[in-house]
Amino acid sequence: MTTNAPTLWILAPLGFGVLLLFIRNVRAVSALGGTLAVLLALTAQFIPIETALRFGEFSIKIDSSISILGRVLLIPPAEGSLLALIYAGSSLWFFGSLATERSARVAPIGLIITALMVAALAVQPFLYAALFIEMAILISIPMLSSLYVTPGKGIVRFLIYQTLAMPFILLAGWLLAGVEASPGDLALAAQSASVLGLGFAFLLAIFPLYNWIPMLMEESPPFSVGFLLWILPTITILFGAGFLDRYSWIRSSPQLISALQLAGLLMVTTGGLWAAFQRHFGRIMAYASVTETGFSILALSVDSRLGIPILFLLIPTRALTLALWSLALTIMKENTETMRFSSARGMLRNTPFAATGIILATLSTGAFPLLASFPPRLALWENIARASSASAVWMGLGILGFLVSAVRSLAVLAMADEFTSWKPRENLPQMIMLGLGMIGLFILGLFPQIVQVFLAQLPLMFEHLGR
Amino acid sequence: MNILVWVAVIIILITSAGLLIARDWRISVVFLAAQYLAMFILLLPHLPLGMASVKVVTGWMCSAILGMTRSDLTEDDSEESLWPRGRLFSLFAAGMVVLIVAGATPSVSNIMADAGTAVTAGGLLLVGLGLLHLGITSQILRVTQGLLTVITGFEIIYSSVESSALVVALLVIINLGLALVGSYLMIASQSREPETM
Repeated sequence: MTTNAPTLWILAPLGFGVLLLFIRNVRAVSALGGTLAVLLALTAQFIPIETALRFGEFSIKIDSSISILGRVLLIPPAEGSLLALIYAGSSLWFFGSLATERSARVAPIGLIITALMVAALAVQPFLYAALFIEMAILISIPMLSSLYVTPGKGIVRFLIYQTLAMPFILLAGWLLAGVEASPGDLALAAQSASVLGLGFAFLLAIFPLYNWIPMLMEESPPFSVGFLLWILPTITILFGAGFLDRYSWIRSSPQLISALQLAGLLMVTTGGLWAAFQRHFGRIMAYASVTETGFSILALSVDSRLGIPILFLLIPTRALTLALWSLALTIMKENTETMRFSSARGMLRNTPFAATGIILATLSTGAFPLLASFPPRLALWENIARASSASAVWMGLGILGFLVSAVRSLAVLAMADEFTSWKPRENLPQMIMLGLGMIGLFILGLFPQIVQVFLAQLPLMFEHLGR
Repeated sequence: MNILVWVAVIIILITSAGLLIARDWRISVVFLAAQYLAMFILLLPHLPLGMASVKVVTGWMCSAILGMTRSDLTEDDSEESLWPRGRLFSLFAAGMVVLIVAGATPSVSNIMADAGTAVTAGGLLLVGLGLLHLGITSQILRVTQGLLTVITGFEIIYSSVESSALVVALLVIINLGLALVGSYLMIASQSREPETM
């Protein structure tokens, strides 16, 4: 039997996601979506692409490509672990939605978005990825906004900014081909780099284009926004790394390294500092996502032999931290009016698991020892400090912002009126999901090597980066 | 053909400036549909007739989706007054964009594989005036029209360097998706319950 990787990891989940939209039972949708995502992750990790497997009389081979309208969707064997990581990360959200009935659309639409993002990585020529990313963004709107709630400014800005990225990326791709043909044309090189930079600035919400993220966190369900804040920047960063890998003149440009470092530091520092002064739990998570993207950009700016493994290590930690954080916020939101500090005072006594989850996720973003984000942050900090002490100080300032934010959040959540009794309102599935998430944060912090089974082969997906 | 493409550029100038100043949604939907007709003419030098037709039909479908959705909603022209809303201001801003486009057209045409002055000017006008539209409005219908205008301009310019069927198909899906998302948000915006998180 022969099948092909794009059908298995793009078309099948796409179709399955559409089918799930017609099922009314919220729990069944979440369970089915999560199970499929786990199965796809396991298949991607353990069944090699382009290698025939024999089971007695029966043999199976997964081809790496499929041709559609004259172009190719290609998933090379080296990307198997990446697919496993992407679908495993998505399954956190799909299973997490079992714990809250307010996130009924996360599994079906999330599955479609994941499939489109995988298509973005698979399409050849690779610059067409911008079109698939745009489709994923359009699909995400019903997940972010209910038909019965007035959409706010955040969702409109999200739509505008992300849509504007697509023309820039497509044009940059064409201009870069021109630079390859005539490498001596410095003006064309500068123009294409500028257009490319603008495209990624919109797509990755690089400073100062990230104002829609906190607005969206205030307006939309945190669990849905959390999913998008994981998958969109993660795939976009890998897409951007693909540009670096493909074009040697970009990779070797000292200006680009400086620009990446500056953009990354701006995001880490401003994200941390703004988070320290927020009085809304959702906005703090929004700035955490900005900071996470900043760390990923910083990882691209250091020596790629060290930076690329750090970049890949940041992916599962970001997934787990944001999944736990957004689930905890969703559960807290179900038990209080808003996520503002004034409304959430003393919530530790009503939603102890959710409140602890929020504190641990904030501490993890702030590189607190023993938690998931500590190992990659430490490795990155060390590398940044080697290149520039000033940069390391700025990075430290961003991290400090989240530690301050964690202390403030703890103070607010613990600040109950005197003689208030402990009345946990979370149900058993919520406690289990949050508990597993918190244990996961500690496991990734104490034993980061356990994700090496996914990460070890990942640098092979690049021809030049990380070599 | 040469005269026809310049006529298309003039239609684009009228429709995209008209989109900026039109207060009645019916007129703005008509302007949007006319804009797609002009796009069809500008696409013909670089795309086969079939592909160009697909794009114009898609554009009209988008206009129809937005128009039908808007016609079912109650009249509500409330808009932020952060920016001046006068027609004179909009026309003045559009004039500035036209000047910038006139200056940039020769060099952009050169970069885009000699796409042609008229084609580049038409595309840039749509991009520029679409961006201006996005900058001065927060109404869902207008934002959607602004985004569709920007993408239309981009499609005209990009068609001179890329005529792949897959790209055309994906851009068609994106255009229709944008119109549907705009309709979805327009219906949602009629809800009187802003959610506080």
